[in-house]
Amino acid sequence: MIRFWPATASDVAAQVDQLTGVLLAICGAILLLVGCLLLGFSIRYRRGSSAKRGALPEIVSREVEVGWTAATLFLALFLFAWATGMELRANPPQPDAIEVHVLARQWMWKTRHANGAQEIDALHVPRGEQVRLLMTSQDVIHSFFVPAFRAKQDVLPGRLTELRFTATETGTYNLFCAEYCGTLHARMGGTVTVMEPEDFARWLAVQPRGDDLAREGAALFVSLGCAGCHGDRRGGSATVRAPKLEGVYNSPVPLQDGRVVTADEAYLRDSILQPRRDVVAGFPNVMPSFAGLVHEEEMQRLLAYLRSLKDAP
Amino acid sequence: MNHITPAIPAPDAIPHEEPSYLTAERGIGSWLLTTDHKRIALLYMAALTAFFFIGGAGAVAIRLELFTPKADVLTADGYNRMFTLHGTVMIWFFLVPSIPTTLGNFLIPLMVGARDLAFPRLNLLSWYLFIFAGAVLIYALVAGGVDTGWTFYTPFSTTFSNGYVLLAGLAIILAGFSSIATGVNFLATIHLLRAPGMGWFRLPLFAWAIYGTSLVMVLATPVLTAVLLLVIAERGFGLPVFDPSRGGDPLLFQHLFWFYSHPAVYIMILPSFGVISEIVTCFSRRNVFGYDFMVYAILWIAIAGFLVWGHHMFVSGQSIYASLAFSFLSFVIAVPSAIKVFNWTFTLYRGQITFEAPMLYAVGFIGLFTIGGLTGLFLASIPIDVHVSDTYYVVGHFHFIMVGGAVSAFYGGLSFWWPKITGRKYPMTWARFAAILMFFGFGFTFFPMFIMGYLGMPRRYQVYPEEFQVWHVMSSAGAVLLAGAYLLPMGYLAWSVFWGEKAEDDPWNATGLEWSTSSPPPRDNFRTPPEVDEGPYFYHPEGEGPGHDHGDPHRDQVRTP
Amino acid sequence: MSGALREPWRSLRRQREAAAFGTWIFLGGEAMLFAGLILAFAVMRALHPAGFILAGRETEVALGTANTAILLTSSLTMAVAAEAARAELRRATLWGMGLTLALGAAFLAVKGFEWSSDLEKHLFPGDGFALAEPSAQIFFALYWIMTSLHAMHMLGGMTVVAWLGWQAWRRARPLRSPAFEAAALYWHLVDIVWIVLYPLLYLGGRAP
Repeated sequence: MIRFWPATASDVAAQVDQLTGVLLAICGAILLLVGCLLLGFSIRYRRGSSAKRGALPEIVSREVEVGWTAATLFLALFLFAWATGMELRANPPQPDAIEVHVLARQWMWKTRHANGAQEIDALHVPRGEQVRLLMTSQDVIHSFFVPAFRAKQDVLPGRLTELRFTATETGTYNLFCAEYCGTLHARMGGTVTVMEPEDFARWLAVQPRGDDLAREGAALFVSLGCAGCHGDRRGGSATVRAPKLEGVYNSPVPLQDGRVVTADEAYLRDSILQPRRDVVAGFPNVMPSFAGLVHEEEMQRLLAYLRSLKDAP
Repeated sequence: MNHITPAIPAPDAIPHEEPSYLTAERGIGSWLLTTDHKRIALLYMAALTAFFFIGGAGAVAIRLELFTPKADVLTADGYNRMFTLHGTVMIWFFLVPSIPTTLGNFLIPLMVGARDLAFPRLNLLSWYLFIFAGAVLIYALVAGGVDTGWTFYTPFSTTFSNGYVLLAGLAIILAGFSSIATGVNFLATIHLLRAPGMGWFRLPLFAWAIYGTSLVMVLATPVLTAVLLLVIAERGFGLPVFDPSRGGDPLLFQHLFWFYSHPAVYIMILPSFGVISEIVTCFSRRNVFGYDFMVYAILWIAIAGFLVWGHHMFVSGQSIYASLAFSFLSFVIAVPSAIKVFNWTFTLYRGQITFEAPMLYAVGFIGLFTIGGLTGLFLASIPIDVHVSDTYYVVGHFHFIMVGGAVSAFYGGLSFWWPKITGRKYPMTWARFAAILMFFGFGFTFFPMFIMGYLGMPRRYQVYPEEFQVWHVMSSAGAVLLAGAYLLPMGYLAWSVFWGEKAEDDPWNATGLEWSTSSPPPRDNFRTPPEVDEGPYFYHPEGEGPGHDHGDPHRDQVRTP
Repeated sequence: MSGALREPWRSLRRQREAAAFGTWIFLGGEAMLFAGLILAFAVMRALHPAGFILAGRETEVALGTANTAILLTSSLTMAVAAEAARAELRRATLWGMGLTLALGAAFLAVKGFEWSSDLEKHLFPGDGFALAEPSAQIFFALYWIMTSLHAMHMLGGMTVVAWLGWQAWRRARPLRSPAFEAAALYWHLVDIVWIVLYPLLYLGGRAP
């Protein structure tokens, strides 16, 4: 059977298809108009035909020109407004989204659920719940692409990118790497499996897992020496004053230069790798950089740990 | 506009002993050291034909491999090297120089009524730069190949690739110098060498199109040079700029790269706009509809083309606000393209249309370019672009513009001006057949790509899931037709040089200064320096001949002050 | 001296205009080339302000300042040479071009000393780089790229000036030729680029 339309398995997919459908209709109409005019004029005004010639009627000149310039401009603006509005409304972040860490490298996808369950070239997600992928790459740029979700996001080395989607249909769908990444780029794919929430819970429960991410992160926090300054709860000496990290995740942080930023993953990550860039107000600029000491998988664990730190009682 | 005072003598009064530019001097040295813009155009044509075959060979290998979902012709690295070869050669060594360096070189001095380009020796130098650049690139491709794709994305190209990236980068920088030299030459010629009476708004649209193209060439190409220098510095000398593991930013590369490479699309398509305008007016015997709108559309595209590069990066991780601005500007740039399509169509209105081969190419171009342009609206919409970027949808889209558009226009322009260039006529039936075959071959090859792209087939894949095979087979089968359509004109055009009927000075009864001189033109282009007292496309409203033969110019074709 | 007029021009005035026009267009392109690099510098500086300030203090500000003075003076002598050529004052033209060449050579000599001192101080990015901050390497990556590209432009400019000077000396090229003015325009661009590079590379890290 020949497919003409991809599977529609996320809430965004349905919206994108709607937009595509309307655009197809508009573009089809324009194409038909141009085609008919071309063909019609070609036949009617072929050399030697008896059609009327001579000067153009007054109306068929500037007014027509201005008319279709304006019409295309308005059409373009309308399409822009609609498409952009859709993009801005799509997938607002939800607090209870399921977080999955994705690590890309030549040429495989490693996904890791919050409880530590790992998959390779595969991802299982529940239907009807928002999934938030936190992605990074170990080597070159990759791109996480699930056609059935109409979702795609480049995965970059040295920074976190985020992809949110809510699956609406159960099934198994293609996962592709869409950014050319070297020799086996074409084989860097896998599957995304959408399950009913209860099936997903069952599936997740029976996965072999290491420690969960946050617990591993906590161990790293001590072994890398972070606890020495940041955490007196864990018996650090706390001779140097450093910001408390309990509850810092997703909270506003005032900086030395007067700005206030939200301590999301990207900020926390930058603060570990380039601590001198955005220093928290009221603290000395003394933290050393951990660039080169913390690799991407460790970074994922550290971030998971920081996220798990609720406000100190 | 071909009303020349004093009028040139009728062709039969010209003493036939006076040599044309082809016979003025003899010997290989007279070609390799020529400063005659017409001979340099032919030198370029020879070089471009060679590169077209090399790039085409890459396309053949790709389409052959994609017949089946499995890897059966090439290794994975071999496939990656093939599409890189295809992209780099076709873009920098065929499409970017194609119309400007051949038809532009040949026609711009003729069209503005000059004896040569402003800097004839610079023109020759730019050909040698181009040849040298091509030699370096071919060495890189033969010695070991390049596996980065034509986009050279970092950090893959700087740190991970094991191809000849440095040499390829160097070759592209050199080709860029050639491109800049050509652009400077055209700009100076159009500004300062116009014949007496040739005001800006009496320039043929082809000259305007080359003007816009040159502007983009001169201002965008240096940025490509800069970014490739940074890539070479990082890869060759270990100087970090893009490498994220040393604090660099890979997205900076993409911004700088697309700042050139999006305008480069307009370098490829603007000259075709010019060619099509000349052909459509000639074969429908009408003034172009809305001449001044056509001019402003060219300039609008040339300038706004610099402001839309970020639409290549909607999924790259750039800020959503940047994406919004780029999406907006991309929609806006659709307007001048639409103006052009409508105006070509309305030029046919009340015409006296005939369908010689150039006209068939032109009508085919309008159809294919319209599809190419309309599919661009989908890509300008962020939600759809997120889905289809880096899929075959994009591959289909840019081939419609750059191959269905630019290459069709190149063939159309060649068949239009061939009698002027060589003084020979080619067999019209074959030419018409080739034009029609090209249209359908192209459609079969590239239309399926839209469908498989929307279905989710990523680009640059050597192996793919079986569900996409039917589209790939269709596309590969169409490519066979297309290859035939591309080879056919090479055959009959070559034949015509030896055995073709001699062409008259103005075989299509067209306006334009280039048609007022002999075919082929003499070394100095015009026997008497031309003067101009009419706008371009001065066709008679009722009959088929040029307007000034009848002395009854109608309202929209009056002489512009 | 009708030897200055070349094909396809019919008047020397028009030809001179074209030489100036063509050179200006070309300089527009050159400006875009350096603009691309300066943009990269600006982006990196915004991403890594601390490293860039740290690294900016390591450049040889004395040599850089001396070079700025040398280059500005050479622009003066070049401008004199171009004007003198236009007025067909042979001696002044030759003196101007000779001085320009000498100053250009002096600039490159100073630059050479500066580079070798940078190398001694391990300021070339890579293993064993002198500064601990990783982003300081990016500053110096751009420092090496931009200064060497600028030096290449200097070499190109000096070749042109030397060639034209030699031709003027041998009376092989009439002084009315538009080439002198075009060469001067190019020389001024190379100068202007340096005037932008100088604060970026030498002063940026030293602001109080």
